[in-house]
Amino acid sequence: MDLSLLIILPLITALAILLVKGLKQVRIVALLGAAAQLILCFFLLYFYYQERTKGSAADFLFQSGYIWYEPLGINYHVGVDGISIAMILLTAFVVFAGVLVSWKMEKMNKEFFFLLIFLSLGAYGFFISLDLFTLFFFLEIAVIPKFLLIGIWGSGKKEYSAMKLALMLMGGSALVFVGLAGLYFNTNVNGAHTFSLIQIAHQGIPLGVQKVFFPFAFIGFGIFTALFPFHTWVPDGHSSAPTAASMFLAGISMKLGGYGCLRVAAYLMPGAAHYYSTIIIILACIAILYGAFATMMQTDLKYINAYSSVSHCGFILLGIGMLTKTAINGAVIQMVSHGLMTALFFAGIGMIYDRTHSRQVAQLGGLMKMMPFISTVFVIAGLCSLGLPGFSGFVAEMTVFMGSWEKGDLFYRLATIVACASIVVTAVYILRAVGSSIMGPVKNNDYLKLGDAGWNERLAAALLIIGIIAIGVAPFWFTDLINPGTDTIIQKVADVIK
Amino acid sequence: MLNDFLILMKQELGVTLLIFILLFIKLAKKEWKNETVLGLVNILLFVNLAAGFFFIHKGTLFGDMFRTSELLSFEKNILNLGTLIISLQSYSWLKQHKHVPEFYMLMLSTLLGMFFMISSSNLLMFYLGLELSSIPLAAMANFDLDKKRSSEAAMKFIMSSAFSSGLLLFGISMLYGATGTLSFSEISWQLTTLSSLQVFAFILLIAGFGFKISAVPFHLWTADVYEGSPVAVTSYLSVISKGAILFVLVSVLYNVFQPLDSAWYKMLFLVSVLTMIIGNLFALRQQNMKRFLAFSSISQVGFILIGITGESIQGSASVIYFVMIYVFSNLAAFGVISLVSAATGRENVDDYKGFYKTNPVLSWALTIGLFSLAGIPPTAGFFGKFFLLLAGAGKGNYWLITIAALNMVVSLYYYLRIVKAIFMEANDTPIENVKISFAPKIAMLICVGGIIITGFASGAYKYIYSLF
Repeated sequence: MDLSLLIILPLITALAILLVKGLKQVRIVALLGAAAQLILCFFLLYFYYQERTKGSAADFLFQSGYIWYEPLGINYHVGVDGISIAMILLTAFVVFAGVLVSWKMEKMNKEFFFLLIFLSLGAYGFFISLDLFTLFFFLEIAVIPKFLLIGIWGSGKKEYSAMKLALMLMGGSALVFVGLAGLYFNTNVNGAHTFSLIQIAHQGIPLGVQKVFFPFAFIGFGIFTALFPFHTWVPDGHSSAPTAASMFLAGISMKLGGYGCLRVAAYLMPGAAHYYSTIIIILACIAILYGAFATMMQTDLKYINAYSSVSHCGFILLGIGMLTKTAINGAVIQMVSHGLMTALFFAGIGMIYDRTHSRQVAQLGGLMKMMPFISTVFVIAGLCSLGLPGFSGFVAEMTVFMGSWEKGDLFYRLATIVACASIVVTAVYILRAVGSSIMGPVKNNDYLKLGDAGWNERLAAALLIIGIIAIGVAPFWFTDLINPGTDTIIQKVADVIK
Repeated sequence: MLNDFLILMKQELGVTLLIFILLFIKLAKKEWKNETVLGLVNILLFVNLAAGFFFIHKGTLFGDMFRTSELLSFEKNILNLGTLIISLQSYSWLKQHKHVPEFYMLMLSTLLGMFFMISSSNLLMFYLGLELSSIPLAAMANFDLDKKRSSEAAMKFIMSSAFSSGLLLFGISMLYGATGTLSFSEISWQLTTLSSLQVFAFILLIAGFGFKISAVPFHLWTADVYEGSPVAVTSYLSVISKGAILFVLVSVLYNVFQPLDSAWYKMLFLVSVLTMIIGNLFALRQQNMKRFLAFSSISQVGFILIGITGESIQGSASVIYFVMIYVFSNLAAFGVISLVSAATGRENVDDYKGFYKTNPVLSWALTIGLFSLAGIPPTAGFFGKFFLLLAGAGKGNYWLITIAALNMVVSLYYYLRIVKAIFMEANDTPIENVKISFAPKIAMLICVGGIIITGFASGAYKYIYSLF
């Protein structure tokens, strides 16, 4: 299967959006494009299983590429393993749902859908890249459309948030750039340098060099995934963004960072990952606890979800920091699980806000009576967020904890306990938010006239819920999917530790 | 001999021919209409550009004073292209101007000077070209004849340019004293044993160059001159004139002063860091678009200097590649400003609030240009900056590229500030819809097309790389 389709398809969709006129046509084109992406991703999954059952043991499947900038050793090179496929599927789900919830976007709709689809192009490109240059290229492509999406269609102090997000993420990618340049100049292929991920992994980077450039790459990608203390763009960015952009931002964009930490930082520099693991774990634990406690104080639904994202993304970093097979598996599951869950959460908040024009927990109340469907969606997202068994959140967090516990040292045990403890706090804020906005008496009589979700919103929510439950109820297919990918990473680490 | 002369100097001769044609038009009994002159000049400039791509030969003339090669021809083609774009962009401004032929005569004279400068392989020839390229520029800066600011800009420009030429000349004479020759190849032979006189001469030369490319701390003239001059001249100054000097700087540093590389490496390091930081800091709060682009172009020079510090084929290739992209990106931005300025006379950042509502096409063109300047993919500027920094990192100096990468983030802030004004902010009196006539439309297409294509299509870079 040609992976470049994943880039070409969104590109064609985006260009087609430019050609048509009016909201009705634009949204149909966008939806068709997103649906085509989704179908393509399922085909990819199918072909992937077929290849694996045939016994193909290559690290990366469906590789293809061509020489791009030959004098500099820059190639366009794509390929996927289980982890990338999981992320690609996540992207397809969230983009499809995002198009659906923006169905009634009147204001500058053409530009809106264009940018949204363009963002998905960046994400796909990032997840399939096997060349650090293209990886970086797509990472940056996925930043600036967010600036425009938040600044133009956002709410609240949108311009401030958009600028903050763009600058912090570009700062992250600037650090990533230094890390990549460091890797590049320490490779040697017949006297030339290379950006090829596979070749760098094959050759290995000297430990001294790794120690210098690992922090650049890790912090750089970490900023994308709300690494403490660089998480401050998350609450502002998420809360100001329009619904679809919030979904994309929390659902996929933050995962670019997690994926980058795993694929570039940990996979290419395993020695340094091991060396710095203590610091990563401490920062992750701070993010987990700090995020959870900060959420307790929030009164705005979007801020609640944004801060809880900081906490949840801490689990991803914790899993990566622990460097055991189970923990890394957990981190990947958490990426997908949090992506789906938080997209669902933001979709629910968006639906509520569209109707009530309020996101304050104190002003909402008793929504279950008027909008049972939306309220149910909201409750499901909440329960998944606090890690109720049966939903993906439970599987993800449980796997991370199990993986962390495998490490016998007191420090790791303590970290695990601290991270576990945050679940209690999560339960408090989630139940409180859900309880007082969904249940209870109706606080504002104007709300009694409000209607429930339309077909588009129902479809979007259903899709995301299916994803959540598919991982939550039967996690084995998912771990099977990502296992070969995490195996190669952990193998690298194991070689180094020996 | 004559054949050699005609072929090797064909680009210079083409420009000279153009100047003479314009002179005859000016002297003709019947006064030509502005539209006719402009149309004719633009067609001739296009022919001149196209001719540059054929019969490319390598060789020297006048006893090794003048040299040319594929690379130098390509550099001249870039400048030709930039001149054509600027000429197309200033169509609506020049249409109402009284002295169109004079404007083009001056502009082409400077272009001729730059060509000689690029082709020089002797300090005398270099100085000759430099002077020819800078004196008419002062007259051009004064071309908004009824505006006081324009004369002020011209005055400032001629003063600072005379001063920097003085420095250069002093440096050249010192160098002559130290080495006993003016020829580039012999100088590099003589420089093998370092003496303090040589280093001093070199510092003076670098200072002279620094003035011309407005590197910090020699940048102080830039903002005022850019703001006061007509937009066409500002864009010419910031793109063509700067680009030509950068081409020469790279070749001089790499070929002539190669023996002094440890000395100039440190110097360029310091200058480029200062240039980036100070250019960025001043650009942050500018209210006038031209002034803003002046400071942004200062900081761009800082990035280019990083590429030069790499001291490799990649370094010089990426500098030339970046200048080419810079021509497209900066002219895309200047093109929009020039159109708006000609139609409404408004040049402030605040005027651009709500610009998207009234001028969506121009807004996107400006935005794409700014994104390319900021180095955001998928525009060509991303590739250009990436390669520059990569070349800079080649020497293993990661501090420099870390500072540069963080400076890119700072620069992003002020580029996005304009984008924010265009797309997000409301305005009671937005700039009304600007009619774009045919010529600027072509220019805009070339710029935006160049920005989008030159990055993805690796052909341009590979071609430049193959010329070394």
